[in-house]
Amino acid sequence: MTSNNSHFVAPIEETPLQATDAVKTDQAPLSLWADAWRKLRRRPLFIISALLILALIVIALFPGLFTSTPPNAGCELSNSEGAPTAGHPFGFTFQGCDVYSRVIHGTQASLSVGLLSVLCVLVIGVTIGALAGYYGGWVDAVLARLGDIFFALPLVLGALVITQLPLFRENKSVWTVVFVISLLAWPQMARITRGAVIEVRNADFVTAARALGVSKFGALIRHVLPNALAPIIVLATLELGVFIVAEATLSFLGIGLPQSIMSWGNDIAGAQASIRTRPEIMLYPAAALSITVLSFIMLGDAVRDALDPKSRQR
Amino acid sequence: MIRFILRRLLQVIPVFLGTTLLVYYMVFALPGDPIAALFGDRQPPQAVIDTLRSQYHLDQPFWVQYGLFLKNLFTFNLGNDFTGQPIAASLARVFPVTAMLAIEALAIQAIFGVAFGVFAGLRRGGWFDSTVLVASLVVIAVPTFVLGFVFQLVFGVQLGWAKPTVGANANWVTLLLPAVVLGLVSFAYVLRLTRASVSENMNADYVRTATAKGLSRPRVVLAHILRNSLIPVVTYLGANLGGLMGGAIVTEGIFNVPGVGNKLYQAVLRSEGPTIVSIVSVLVLVFVVANLLVDLLYAWLDPRIRYDQ
Repeated sequence: MTSNNSHFVAPIEETPLQATDAVKTDQAPLSLWADAWRKLRRRPLFIISALLILALIVIALFPGLFTSTPPNAGCELSNSEGAPTAGHPFGFTFQGCDVYSRVIHGTQASLSVGLLSVLCVLVIGVTIGALAGYYGGWVDAVLARLGDIFFALPLVLGALVITQLPLFRENKSVWTVVFVISLLAWPQMARITRGAVIEVRNADFVTAARALGVSKFGALIRHVLPNALAPIIVLATLELGVFIVAEATLSFLGIGLPQSIMSWGNDIAGAQASIRTRPEIMLYPAAALSITVLSFIMLGDAVRDALDPKSRQR
Repeated sequence: MIRFILRRLLQVIPVFLGTTLLVYYMVFALPGDPIAALFGDRQPPQAVIDTLRSQYHLDQPFWVQYGLFLKNLFTFNLGNDFTGQPIAASLARVFPVTAMLAIEALAIQAIFGVAFGVFAGLRRGGWFDSTVLVASLVVIAVPTFVLGFVFQLVFGVQLGWAKPTVGANANWVTLLLPAVVLGLVSFAYVLRLTRASVSENMNADYVRTATAKGLSRPRVVLAHILRNSLIPVVTYLGANLGGLMGGAIVTEGIFNVPGVGNKLYQAVLRSEGPTIVSIVSVLVLVFVVANLLVDLLYAWLDPRIRYDQ
């Protein structure tokens, strides 16, 4: 009977191979992005923030769907600081305008400043950071110093100086605010991109691509950048919230969007006059702003968790 | 070490020159006449304009103006602002106030941020961790100026715990409320950074070794986990000094603190070029030097970081 003792696994006829035991060799392994997307779909944090952002975008695009009160036309000074009435759920501002309608209509300016600024920062920061990190040498030295110069100028401080230039003071618009924010905020993005590109540029697959005849610049575009995108995307989502707050801060100081453009920052600034008597007038636009920023921060957190290889094992 | 400091100081020079040049160019060389802005709608006599222009060197070429400005900056002879007051004297009046405010805010965010972060990070997923994490998110999402008004209303007006506005008598006590508002947003970031860093380092081999050789829990946490977790926190604090200065403009406005932010805001509204470039230059210098100090702190926190090869 000694020969039977060595065989302690059940014979194959009794326990057929399960599907889970099989390794699917005919399928490509999940890419970083597909894997991240699969993880994201299961995170309640991501679903909630994505739904909130979707709702905000719909509000920004079609404010008429959510309120039929025109934000400025119905202003009656007799309604000044008036309590909520039927059809005006949030009450009235100091100037007698409908708060709810202004909050709804202010979404557009705040969101577009945030999105456009992030877009500009991505274009400037990623280009400069990628060139500096990929080519190194004197290109890196010059671009890094250039970034340091803008980095040493704090956002509100720099914006205060730039927006007061006669050139900008005369024609304030969404675009001037976007320009000021992007001009002062790109170094952060450039630094992150530079670090990510340096990490990837010496990887084997880049060397392989170069050996197969891909040009140096082509390798940067097709192989290095796509593999350095994760930290860039995470920073971009987080900065969206930061830029929306920056727009509100600048408008609050009176150097951001002009009064003719409705934005949460302008509404909060306008509610200062009523803060002691009717603080809720400031509360509504502030709450809208905070919910927006919060959704972008939560989205950034969720995306970072999904893309971070370190959290993968958990 | 000395060589590193020298090299790092040499790197500071182009950054400082570049930033001041940028600001100086924007204030003085772009279209728009600061002298005309001074008089508003009135048309001053040509002789007055000429005198003022030569007094502020506005009749010289741009590079000469910038050179004179640098020379004056380093001899602390900042000249007079457009109301005739010596700029150096008014800066000497406002800087201590803002320095007090910034130090208080920095202390609040560093001490409470690190302490809360360590407690949350050590018990990740516990009730304290969850509460603090949600609270920090809310704090980050609410802009500083809204927080300022809410705190002023609740603690200053309704509860009467602090004076709602600071005014002329700025000291450590009256500045406490504005400092809390100023430090609160960064407090949340410091907390989250410390928490992430601590919970990552908690399971490191050197921590197990320290516990295994019989060190007490406080010593393991303070001397081993905390010290190794501080590098990202210190980096953030240094880089955030700029944000603190920007936030000071808002906070000082709300609480009526006679500091640099208020002064700068007034100067900008009045297009007072000389005052603006002087203040911004000093602030940039503070910012750059603070980041140099952070770089030096790295070596103390992590002796593996060597500055001399």
